[in-house]
Amino acid sequence: MRGNRLQRYGLRFVALGYLAALLLVPVVIIFVRTFEDGLGPPIDAITSPDGQHAFWLTLTCVLIAVPLNTIFGVVAALVLVRQKFRGKAILNTIIDLPFAISPVVIGLSLLLVYGINGWFGDDLADAGIRVIFSTPGMVLATIFVSLPFVVRETMPVLQEIGTEQEQAASTLGASGWQTFWRITLPAIRWGVAYGVVLATARALGEFGAVSVVAGRISGETETLPLFVEKQFSNFDLAGAYAAAILLAVMALVVLFSMNLLRRKEREA
Amino acid sequence: MSITIEGVEKRFGTFEALKGVSVAVPNGSLTALLGPSGSGKSTLLRVIAGLEEPDAGRVVIAGQDATKVTPQKRGVGFVFQHYAAFKHMTVEKNVGFGLKIRKKPKEQIAAKVDELLELVHLKGFAHRYPSELSGGQRQRMALARALAVEPEVLLLDEPFGALDATVRKELRTWLRRLHEDVHVTTIFVTHDQEEAMDVAQQIVVMNDGLIEQVGSPRDLYENPANPFVMGFVGEVNRVGDNLVRPHDIEILLEPDGTAQEGQIERVAHLGFEVRVELVLDDGRQLSVQTTRQDAEERELEAGQIVYVRPDRERKFSAA
Repeated sequence: MRGNRLQRYGLRFVALGYLAALLLVPVVIIFVRTFEDGLGPPIDAITSPDGQHAFWLTLTCVLIAVPLNTIFGVVAALVLVRQKFRGKAILNTIIDLPFAISPVVIGLSLLLVYGINGWFGDDLADAGIRVIFSTPGMVLATIFVSLPFVVRETMPVLQEIGTEQEQAASTLGASGWQTFWRITLPAIRWGVAYGVVLATARALGEFGAVSVVAGRISGETETLPLFVEKQFSNFDLAGAYAAAILLAVMALVVLFSMNLLRRKEREA
Repeated sequence: MSITIEGVEKRFGTFEALKGVSVAVPNGSLTALLGPSGSGKSTLLRVIAGLEEPDAGRVVIAGQDATKVTPQKRGVGFVFQHYAAFKHMTVEKNVGFGLKIRKKPKEQIAAKVDELLELVHLKGFAHRYPSELSGGQRQRMALARALAVEPEVLLLDEPFGALDATVRKELRTWLRRLHEDVHVTTIFVTHDQEEAMDVAQQIVVMNDGLIEQVGSPRDLYENPANPFVMGFVGEVNRVGDNLVRPHDIEILLEPDGTAQEGQIERVAHLGFEVRVELVLDDGRQLSVQTTRQDAEERELEAGQIVYVRPDRERKFSAA
């Protein structure tokens, strides 16, 4: 008995200690530093025009990238789990590319495709569309890095529920569309939700890929993570910490909503 | 509605699940598709439901060629072995699903659901979720769900296969009664010959993607068309080239010239019946069925030397 207890506390100590040292302490220190000189400086920093713009731009990128990746993710998961076709293994691998490739490389590859002298860059420029050093490029970069989450979280759930419920629905007169909305989607909803939460967190925090395609024009192509880095390099520590806190809060809201969802699932 | 299957073939990759199957199911009947696993019985049922498309052949339901009709429009109720309950819906919503899809008025759906829950003895369970039901209750819910849309044909794929023995027996009696009440043409798949004999009016025996024999339970037992059917619908002993049922062997205590000598290895008491396992003088094993009374009167016991004589042997030209 005592051995077991020792083991249990030992494991708990390792798990919690690791989390505290590597995750909790840095986050807490940021909080402390931010409010060191009172509420004034941090509030000024994030209510400055550049700060506000960065906040809205980040939100824009997330609100475009995440819904698109959610729709694509569910469709791709359905195709990968339910259909057999040539090249399925390749598609399956390609979806993981954003996990495998460094964000900086992703940014550079977008430059090569859409930038000046890029594949489509000149044509797009002729049409008056600017992708690189402007919002579309940043949205593209955000989509790229947050793409795999919904697919990866949905696939195992789809596999697990199988096709019998859908077949039952079809024998009861439901069309494919009705079956999807009334049977499939409710059955996979927590998987999708979890994927959305992870994708959102990733999209919020993306730095590398966005930084390469943004060109970093303050008040124009600066998202919150870029803003943080800029303030930091300019020795505006209060501003950097404040924006970092704002990002952290946004991410935490997302994380907590995920946990709420999970709790709801357990109760259901 | 009557169902006619004409020359249906179905293969999955290199595996031939159905090798040209033709059978007629009369209107209002209760038919069992009986066979070992891999015999094609489930595939045939799924072809009738439209859940599988045959590679060749036709499915005719009520005189209409339904081969290309989607399951959605086919008017069949299907019950799955593992219930296929809609887990995120209550019992009530599960049963009412088909009616809701058909956009029936709310009051009408509620009334029908009530009636069906009464029929399947789930009256108090309307607001439960499938995870809160036992296996037998889930299967009854699935049956009510299939019946709600008043299908022309009810198809059940090993409906009691996942349930324990007691519940299984209860449900099969209940299914037979239900069929007497509702009179919908019903086909169910089973690998359990006793279940098929107990419930069905007509049995279709399948093996290796083909139909071996179609007949009433009694017919199949009394006049099996071949050794496979004889062996599948009941126990058999092989005596030389012949097959004989365990209850068609007579045990004599004295030799009579024609009877073969053997020694009793074991006497198993199975309630009303007693199974006597023998080893004959040529080393072959034989299983004989007799009544408890007979075994007691003649004091049959292990080690005893007896003489056996088959009463009704059957010889199949193919065997």
